[in-house]
Formats: sequence, structure tokens, C-alpha cells
Amino acid sequence: MNDVVICLFASAGFDKAAQGLAGAGRRLADELGGRLRAVVIGAGADTLALEFSRLCDTVIIADQAELAEYQPETCLNALVRLCGELSPRTVLLGNDAYSQEIAPRLAYRLGGSAVGDGVEVRVEGEALRVSRQVYGGKAQAVIELKRMPAVVWLRARSFAPAPARAEAGEVTRAALDIQADTRTRVIERKREEQGEARLEEARVIVSGGRGIGGPEPFTTELQPLADLLGAQMAASRAACDAGWVPPTWQVGQTGKKVTPDLYLAIAITGASQHMAGISEAKTISAINTDPDAPIFKHCQFGIVEDYRKVVPLLREKLAALQK
Amino acid sequence: MNILVCLKQILDPEIPARDFRVDPARREAERGSANLVTNIFCENALETALQLRERTGSAKITVLSYGQPSAEDSLRKALAMKADAAALIVNDGNANPDPLTTARVLAAAIRKLGTFDLIMVGREAGDWGAGQTGGLLAEELGLPCVSFVDRIESEGGQLRLKRQTDTGWEVLEAEPPIVATVTNDEHNLPRIPKVRDVMMSYRQPLTKWTLDDLGIEANEARAGNTYYQVAELFIPQKETRCEFVTGDTLDQKVESFAKRIVEVTSAL
Ligand SMILES: Cc1cc2nc3c(=O)[nH]c(=O)nc-3n(C[C@H](O)[C@H](O)[C@H](O)COP(=O)(O)OP(=O)(O)OC[C@H]3O[C@@H](n4cnc5c(N)ncnc54)[C@H](O)[C@@H]3O)c2cc1C
Ligand SMILES: Nc1ncnc2c1ncn2[C@@H]1O[C@H](COP(=O)(O)O)[C@@H](O)[C@H]1O
Repeated sequence: MNDVVICLFASAGFDKAAQGLAGAGRRLADELGGRLRAVVIGAGADTLALEFSRLCDTVIIADQAELAEYQPETCLNALVRLCGELSPRTVLLGNDAYSQEIAPRLAYRLGGSAVGDGVEVRVEGEALRVSRQVYGGKAQAVIELKRMPAVVWLRARSFAPAPARAEAGEVTRAALDIQADTRTRVIERKREEQGEARLEEARVIVSGGRGIGGPEPFTTELQPLADLLGAQMAASRAACDAGWVPPTWQVGQTGKKVTPDLYLAIAITGASQHMAGISEAKTISAINTDPDAPIFKHCQFGIVEDYRKVVPLLREKLAALQK
Repeated sequence: MNILVCLKQILDPEIPARDFRVDPARREAERGSANLVTNIFCENALETALQLRERTGSAKITVLSYGQPSAEDSLRKALAMKADAAALIVNDGNANPDPLTTARVLAAAIRKLGTFDLIMVGREAGDWGAGQTGGLLAEELGLPCVSFVDRIESEGGQLRLKRQTDTGWEVLEAEPPIVATVTNDEHNLPRIPKVRDVMMSYRQPLTKWTLDDLGIEANEARAGNTYYQVAELFIPQKETRCEFVTGDTLDQKVESFAKRIVEVTSAL
């Protein structure tokens, strides 16, 4: 009853989010005096289960052909079954789109309560309390969950990973016979390729906002700069909504939560909703014409200039310095 | 096709951080001089619905809100954007009910309003950002749910929903009725209603119900905290001192900027 279950979609692999989730799960399980168990679902589950067996007490692979590719209703049914059988105190998920889609419904069907975007989870007497940003990152709230199990989706990348255990946990396969629920069916799935790495895993990010002025400078000015720095590209919501770059580039409260060592914000105001996505960045820097832009309140260093003048020159200087 | 769009009225999320205050004792944001606005993702949802209606030629769009009496303004604006009907459930209890309470109230109102093929909500509200109402509403109504949708088409009685994922997008085919949560994209920026339509909207009928009209546990709804409650609310203090690079010429400034960048990235 004091167990913690972490639910993972195998398609993302053993990334920083998966590791952070195990770390958060382990610390919570220790605090509760329960076991840490993992439920792994989807194609690639075997490989991921092996990684998790070093971090968890038990790992369960959802074994059914219909679950290889994510389908919302069928996948939800499988997780309800597996988590229900484990009767955990807490179920933890990551911040990915599939987890966010499923978590409240999972809580509902397990008779529990859900809360999302957690950055801290702690036990307070009988209750579980989760810290999260609210009001577009302007305030922080602590939410107390009233029903059990507590289903929490976390900013998993912000949590330290779990230590490896001396003895590998047991891996089992749960042979499921969940009926495919065909009221909704994913019929097409498209990856917007952006190099090899994912934005959430990037160590350097070059990001552009509305002040960039159009789609072309993203390709002609920012991309070459990103290439020089080995950086991934990102954008503010204003730039995405304008259709200059794909929505997958959006960083912020309702975009990607990133954790780079350097986040270079070019022509971005720094609205709280944007900053909510980069609160875990080590260093933030900005290029902006407005010295009073809120972004500078979060920067370690910055330059007040037109990016159109700065960026070409910056590329030259960086190229020279890197020689 | 019958479409229902849920709208939440919230404190203007665009007010700058320096003007934002909370009351830690009441665990609420202070209104101050901020406007009340419709949550942007609800407007994205309504815009998506309006475009769907334009493509299919025939659809009825009903908008629904649970909130303070002022939420009527959000509904009037939706009528001005050319929604067909509007209903307000007046909240005379906890002003910040938990998401399950909200979902139960909305579900009861929806049942009373009729049958719908498509129920749309925003991906999350710009105030508390719970991101749960859509999923919980689907559960209350026993319907499937598709999240982060930015475009919907209707074809031969089936719905086609394009939605955003972490790495790109997906298209789902769905059999109505379903619940969809809507996110922003370049094609669903909400239209601006004409001044004349805004004025006209105040003459249109608007259904108003109280919690007691819905046939639910009204007092439990008023308490609004059986799922979760806010234990603390505060503004985190964090100030970073920005060092602006200096120099007599642009060249010098950019030179020192480049050096700072190399400093933080060369350790990688
Ligand atoms: C519920 C909700 C959720 C949201 N979620 C997100 C989110 O996830 N991510 C997000 O980014 N936003 C989000 N927003 C939107 C957010 O509030 C801002 O509106 C948005 O981030 C502004 O984008 P921007 O800074 O690019 O544009 P603007 O605010 O228009 O700022 C442009 C900046 O560029 C500068 N500039 C202009 N020209 C130049 C030049 N030539 N050289 C240098 N600088 C220049 C200007 O000084 C200005 O600071 C959300 C809003 C709401 C209500
Ligand atoms: N009080 C409410 N009245 C109408 N719709 C609501 C209400 N609260 C939430 N919603 C809907 O649910 C979406 C997500 O809200 P939330 O789950 O609170 O983040 C909103 O964008 C609305 O569409």
C-alpha cells in the first residue's frame, strides 16, 4: 500500500526524464517505506525494463501487441489494470504529452487524485503534497491531494537520477488481453526532425522570439549560430503562433521544459509563461533591444542591441575564438 | 453536428510579474487592476470550433462556463465571435474549485443542455494551469478524450483530429461523441469580434443556472475540495543580476559577449 509505481512509455528511451522519474520515485518510496515499481509500456519496453531493473524493486512489462504503439484509450485501460493490481500509494509519470493526456483519467479510474507539472513531492503526515508553478510561473503553489492513490506527473528532468542498486530488480511480463478501444485511433504519426538530439536533452539552446520578425532569419541567422555552438533551436510561443517555426520548438509553461547549461534568448521579452520553461537552465543570456525587457531579470549576462547587428558579428567572433 | 465549448474566465495572465500579488492566507491571487479575460486556450478551442463549422456548413456551437457572474462577459464575447448559444453556471462557493468538482459541474450542465458530438476545452487554464478538466470531464461523461488538438475536421460522420506531440504531430480518427482539449497553433488564433457584434451579443439569450439547478451534490460542489486543495500559495523570490556587456563600439561589445558565451560553453 505504500508502494510507488512509475509509468513509462518506452518510445522515449532511457532519457533524462526516465532517469529523473526513477530518482523521484526512489526517494518517495524510501520516505513512505514502500517499494519502487515500474510499469513499462510500448515498443522498446524490453530494453528499457532492463535499465530500470537496476533502479527499481520490480519492473512490469505491459505485454500485448496492441500496446506497441500508443493509442490513448487502449493504453489508459492497460495502465488502469496494471496500476490497479499493484494498489500503490502513488503513481508517478513524466511531463510528456502522453503522460499528461492520461494521468487525470488514470487517477479518476483508480479513485485517486491527480496533480501535474510537479517539481517537488513530499509526504506530510497522511497526505501527499506537490509543489508546482501556477499563474504562468508568477507564483508557486503546494497542492495537497485528498484521495489515494496520488497520481502525479512531474517535471521529471528536474529530478536527480536514482542510484543503481546492488541487486537487479525482478522483471516480469504481464500478459494483457485489453480490448482495443477503437473509438479513437491514431492513423498518422509524424516526427518533426530537428537534428538528432531532442530539445529537452540539449545542453545549449538558441531561442528566437517575435522580435526576430519572420521565418527567414531563423534559417539564415539563428541556425548558423546554433550550428557553431552545437545548439538546438527553440522559440517563444509568439514565434510558433506566427507559424515561423513548428510548435515542437515552443519553450515555456505550455511548451517544452528545458534544462540546458546555456539558454540564449534572442528577441524574446521573457514573459513569465516563457520563463516557466527555462527555470532549470544553468545560465540564461539574452540579446534584446530593450534594456527593461523582463528577460534580463533572469540573465547572468546580456547585450542590449539589435540582434540583426549582433548575430552576424557574433558568429564571426565565435568562429575566431573557437579556432 | 452539436459542439460544446467550455470557457473559463481568468485573471489576465499577461499582467507583468512585477504587478502580480497573492494573498498567502486566502491562497488566492489579488485582482488588483488586472482585467478578467477568457483563457486563451478556450478561445483557441472556440476558434477551432468556428472553423470546423465554416467547413462543414452546419453545426451548432454552444458555449458553457462555470464561474462568477462576471464570466457572463466571456460568454457574451463568444457569442460576438458567433457561437450560437451560451450557458452560465453561477459559482456561489469556492472560487477556485478543484478540477474534479469543475468537471462534475460541467458534466451535469452538459447533460442538461442536450447531446453533443464534440465537447471542447482548453489544454489548461492560464491561472492555475491544472490541465485536468478535459480528461476528468471525459471520465464523468464516459467518453474518450484526445488532448493537445489544434485542428478538427469532420468526414462522413467521423472526426479527424490533428494534435501536437512532443516530437511532432499525430492525426486521430474518432467516432463522436468525444472530448478534445485544444492547444494553440498558427491556425487557431482567436478572431476579434466586430464592435457591432459585441453590442448585439448583449441582446442574445443566455441560460443561467445555479448549482442547485443541476441535480448534483451542490454543497460538495461549493466546497470544491474533495479531490485536492491548495495548501500554500506564494511568490518565489529570485533575482539575478544581469551583467550587460559594455564597449565603445558594437564590435567590442559583441567581442566580450562572445567571450562570455565561450566561457560557459567550453566547459561542456
Ligand atoms: C496560458 C498561457 C500560456 C503561455 N505559454 C507560453 C509558453 O509556453 N511559451 C511562451 O513563449 N509563451 C507562452 N505564453 C505567451 C507569453 O505570455 C508571451 O506572450 C510570449 O512569450 C511573448 O513572446 P515573445 O517574447 O517572443 O514576443 P514579444 O512579447 O512580442 O517580445 C518581443 C521581444 O523582442 C525584442 N525585440 C524586437 N525587435 C528586436 C530586435 N531587432 N533585436 C533584439 N530584440 C528585439 C523586444 O524588445 C521584445 O522584448 C503563454 C501565455 C498564456 C496566457
Ligand atoms: N470553470 C470553468 N468553466 C468552464 N470551463 C472550464 C472551467 N474550468 C476549466 N474549464 C475548461 O477546462 C480547460 C482546462 O482547464 P484546467 O483543467 O483548469 O487547466 C479550460 O481551458 C476550460 O476549457
